[in-house]
Amino acid sequence: MMKGLKKWRLFAMLTALIVFLSGCGKNYLSTLSPAGEVAKEQHNLMLLATAIMTLVILVVVIIYVLALVKFRRKRVGEDVIPKQVEGSTKLEILWTAIPIILLLILAVPTVALTYKLADTKAMDAKVADGQNKPVTVNVTAKLYWWQFEYKNEGIVTSQELVVPTGEKVYFNLTAGDVKHSFWIPAIGGKMDTNVDNVNKFYLTFDKESKDLEDGVFYGKCAELCGPSHALMDFKVKTLSRADFDNWVKEMKASDKQVATGDLEKQGEEIFKTSCVSCHATSGVGKGTGLAPNLATFGDRNRVAGVLDHNKENIKKWINDPQAVKPGNTMPQPEKINNGKKFTDQELDALAAYLMGLSVEK
Amino acid sequence: MSSTAKKKGFGATIWNYLTTVDHKKIAILYLIAGTLFFVIGGIEAMLIRIQLAKPNNDFVSAGLFNEIITMHGTTMIFLAAMPLLFAFMNAVVPLQIGARDVAFPFLNSLGFWLFFWGGVFLNLSWLLGGAPDAGWTSYASLSLASPGHGIDFYAIGLQISGAGTLISGINFIVTIINMRAPGMTFMRMPLMTWTTFVSSALILFAFPPLTVGLFFMIFDRMFGSNFFDHTMGGNTIIWEHLFWIFGHPEVYILVLPAFGIFSEIIPTFARKRLFGYSSMVFATILIGFLGFMVWAHHMFTVGLGATANAIFAVATMAIAVPTGMKVFNWLCTIWGGSIKVTTPMLYALGFIPSFVAGGVTGVMQAAAPLDYQLHDSYFIVAHFHYVIVGGIVLALLAATHFYWPIMFNRMLNETLGKITFVFFFIGFHCTFFVQHFLGLMGMPRRVFTYLPNQGLDTYNLISTVGAFLMAIGVILLVINVIITTIKNKPCGRDPWGDGRTLEWAIEQPVPFYNFRQTPLVRGLDTYWIEKMEGNKEGMSYAEPVTDIHMPNNSFIPFVMVIGLFISGFGALYNQDTDKPWSLAVLIIGLVITFGSMAVRSLKDDLGYHISKEELMNEKGGNK
Amino acid sequence: MDLKTKFTPQSWPEHPEQSTVEGKNKVLGFWIFLGGETVLFATLFATFLALKNKGPSGMEFSTQSLFELPLAFIMTMLLLTSSLTSVYAMYHMKNYNFKAMQAWLAITVILGLGFLGFEIYEFTHYVHLGFTFTQSAFGSSFYTLVGTHGLHVVIGLGWIILLMLRNAKRGLNLYNAPKFFIASLYWHFIDVVWVFIFTVVYLMGVIK
Repeated sequence: MMKGLKKWRLFAMLTALIVFLSGCGKNYLSTLSPAGEVAKEQHNLMLLATAIMTLVILVVVIIYVLALVKFRRKRVGEDVIPKQVEGSTKLEILWTAIPIILLLILAVPTVALTYKLADTKAMDAKVADGQNKPVTVNVTAKLYWWQFEYKNEGIVTSQELVVPTGEKVYFNLTAGDVKHSFWIPAIGGKMDTNVDNVNKFYLTFDKESKDLEDGVFYGKCAELCGPSHALMDFKVKTLSRADFDNWVKEMKASDKQVATGDLEKQGEEIFKTSCVSCHATSGVGKGTGLAPNLATFGDRNRVAGVLDHNKENIKKWINDPQAVKPGNTMPQPEKINNGKKFTDQELDALAAYLMGLSVEK
Repeated sequence: MSSTAKKKGFGATIWNYLTTVDHKKIAILYLIAGTLFFVIGGIEAMLIRIQLAKPNNDFVSAGLFNEIITMHGTTMIFLAAMPLLFAFMNAVVPLQIGARDVAFPFLNSLGFWLFFWGGVFLNLSWLLGGAPDAGWTSYASLSLASPGHGIDFYAIGLQISGAGTLISGINFIVTIINMRAPGMTFMRMPLMTWTTFVSSALILFAFPPLTVGLFFMIFDRMFGSNFFDHTMGGNTIIWEHLFWIFGHPEVYILVLPAFGIFSEIIPTFARKRLFGYSSMVFATILIGFLGFMVWAHHMFTVGLGATANAIFAVATMAIAVPTGMKVFNWLCTIWGGSIKVTTPMLYALGFIPSFVAGGVTGVMQAAAPLDYQLHDSYFIVAHFHYVIVGGIVLALLAATHFYWPIMFNRMLNETLGKITFVFFFIGFHCTFFVQHFLGLMGMPRRVFTYLPNQGLDTYNLISTVGAFLMAIGVILLVINVIITTIKNKPCGRDPWGDGRTLEWAIEQPVPFYNFRQTPLVRGLDTYWIEKMEGNKEGMSYAEPVTDIHMPNNSFIPFVMVIGLFISGFGALYNQDTDKPWSLAVLIIGLVITFGSMAVRSLKDDLGYHISKEELMNEKGGNK
Repeated sequence: MDLKTKFTPQSWPEHPEQSTVEGKNKVLGFWIFLGGETVLFATLFATFLALKNKGPSGMEFSTQSLFELPLAFIMTMLLLTSSLTSVYAMYHMKNYNFKAMQAWLAITVILGLGFLGFEIYEFTHYVHLGFTFTQSAFGSSFYTLVGTHGLHVVIGLGWIILLMLRNAKRGLNLYNAPKFFIASLYWHFIDVVWVFIFTVVYLMGVIK
């Protein structure tokens, strides 16, 4: 049996080694590389908790190993009857008091941070003239996509959240169909989007996303919401305040986008007959919640949240949405194109048109 | 009347088990049925891990994956862990307290059949149009939106098996209060009995909220009510509250008997009295009590507000104190003892560090702001598997080896048992340790796939490898059981040599009436006391040999449950307009159930007596 | 257990419901079961309070517009009285006076049926107004809470009637004494729950 234990220890060490070598995950996704004040505070709390808990484990393991080494029957003798000890009040008090102290050390910052992170008063506060109102995003989670409405700026986008760095960004969260949960691991903890009410919280984004591997942070749906729950990703683009203001200005002008080039123009025609009843191509306004707003489609990082951003994937997605994201509410092409699939040429045209929708180019 | 009279032939044995009210046989039924569902849940677990072995895998489809995870969780909690614990409670607790049977033998049988047919009902969903797919928590907005009958199978199946659990819980409470042998005071009860008692009390108070929640769901889905429909004034958060008011105590319902099992094994193989018995009892009660105060820590991200989150965070942390007391008491029990590393002890020794690891990650999640990151990520998956597998499943495996001699008068093979442990234990840590990091690195739970090159690939593969090691462990255990059954070598009384409590003092095989004379209990660890005083019989007696009153076997529980089972299908298909027969089925089923209840009520069923002469003859009352 | 033993009021034990092991187990078990029932009703009450007056936007129904205290008061009185009469029945059971016990149980049943009649009238009245089980979350939670209580009344009545019929020829013995006792316990429990319903649903509902 001792052999088994030794094997186990060796294995544990190996595991620890692998963990160490592979680092802390990707900096656009991992909670272990916090890129915002909220995530940093949570990370610090985790370090504190881990330290306390490691201490507890160490104490237990030391007593445990010593007892195992000292009191094996082979050592003690086969016929020895150990003293039948009843207990010890002193020890009981000791191992009640010390854990209470350890827990208090953890409880105080926990309670403080709980209140701090719930403070969203500033989002409704009046601001002096000439000052910017804090950026407030109304998030609506739908089967399997996200709508982001900027109520102070009067613009709307979807799938890709764009926010300024270095300031608090406030969120109003709700769901349009079933419950989802809004989570950007590298930026801060999650908050559920309920169907019954609006939840409020804030996040802070410290790092500009252009330096990241993919150019964006990854956001996740963290509440089981149906077959394609795993595919309900969104992306976060963080810009400096100046770039953000510029982006807002471009968004406000996005209703004037026109297609250039023949292929794009053909795509626009198809779009107007088949797609426009659900999808808007202008980022101005409040957002319908029917389907993702496509004003910034050409600037995005992924198609349908998970596929690489290229024309092939756009065609694949439009041609058979259910194959890409089972259970999603986008109609199959037969439903919107008089009972026929789109021809390859039509798909090319649509892809070209969609790729041209951009506010950053 | 006694059906033991005709103990011949396969058919007679089956009939005997269908009608039995003997706690020892019901224990075996629970063991068989629990194992069956454990294997089904285990296969589902393997499918999950195979699907997640590599990124963008398409081994199972997205919708099927959700059905698998839902059924894995539901099966393991309701249909595997609970019945397997009930198996050992039924086998051991009446013997431990010196009782001839439980307080309500008829209800004991009814409870089993309710659980079993409820479980069958739930699992039939696989064959009848698809399993439930909204997670074992079945949160209201998603479960109301779920098409097909999956969720209906979930709600009705759990309703039936939940009723069985509630009945069994009440039965154990009354048994432990009323049926103790003379001298078995509360503070002389073995820890297994204490934990059974407290966990039964938790069942009593935790299951009604689930019953109500499930009724709301049944009404909403099948009868047009609006509890969870927010457009009609309903509120989905009510389901979350009801589910977790049940769901959190459920964790303690499971883990307390596991603590009880280890509190029996550790003193036995350390050959030393359980350290701090009274504080262990106190800690058990305190954990049970606090278990009801903390349900909202499952809902930190729902948006209950800072004050609610802070209160529930601190209350949750408080549970660590009595749990810590238990761990240190176990450590002090082996300290200064004489430790013999048998298979059950091996599991107990593996349990202590594993469970501590699972416990401390629980405290981490009690810190609400930190939980905003950990909640619904793979971290929580790792945490609760550390608690449930590292605590409860290890206890079940330990108890299988430890109590096999009591249940079957046979010993499982020790060497094979230890090999099983090594595979299972290494596999367990391999599977779940890395999942902590997956969660921290941004992997949400309940995802059917993940993208490549996001730092998640290696750990998922390691986790899958571990799952296979665990599967090998379980297969070895099954082989062990088969070998032992074929060898068929009786092991006699107290085969471990260091038994301390009454169940080890009783002769083997245990007579169907348990104790010929009710024992007299003279202190904690009765058998140990008698052994130390050189009493070869192992027991003192509280009465001379007299007639023993026994309950009659009955087929009525089985019929009652079959009636409910049938009416379940009626209710389920009642919403389909193309199935007009459903109402008739519903009514027929209920008529069967209430009819058999009426038969039970109207007949005088007074049981029978085994006379003193029969008890004294060489067959010991067996006819 | 021997059913042939003939008792006289003198030889009849002081606590007939607890003078056998089975009886003791039954009484304790039933008290514990009532503990679980209490949680069940507590859950229903909590849900009712959460969903009270909640419905689709513009719903006209509210506790204030629907409930009438006089009706609820009459129902309360009927049920409270029936609880008292079941106490009388148990008094006679303990004195081994089978006929008097049956008589008081019969009165209890009649009062219970009266209560049930009023409840059915009340429900049909509301349904007539358009306030149904499926009309709103308020409706669902109201009918579930009060209806579950009503179902308990039906079960309690059925139980007592069945006991009376079954034992009409047998008379009292130590086998059925615990059965009568727990049936009356159940009836008291139903009464207590109604007191809470009267307070929480009707009184608190009518007050603005």
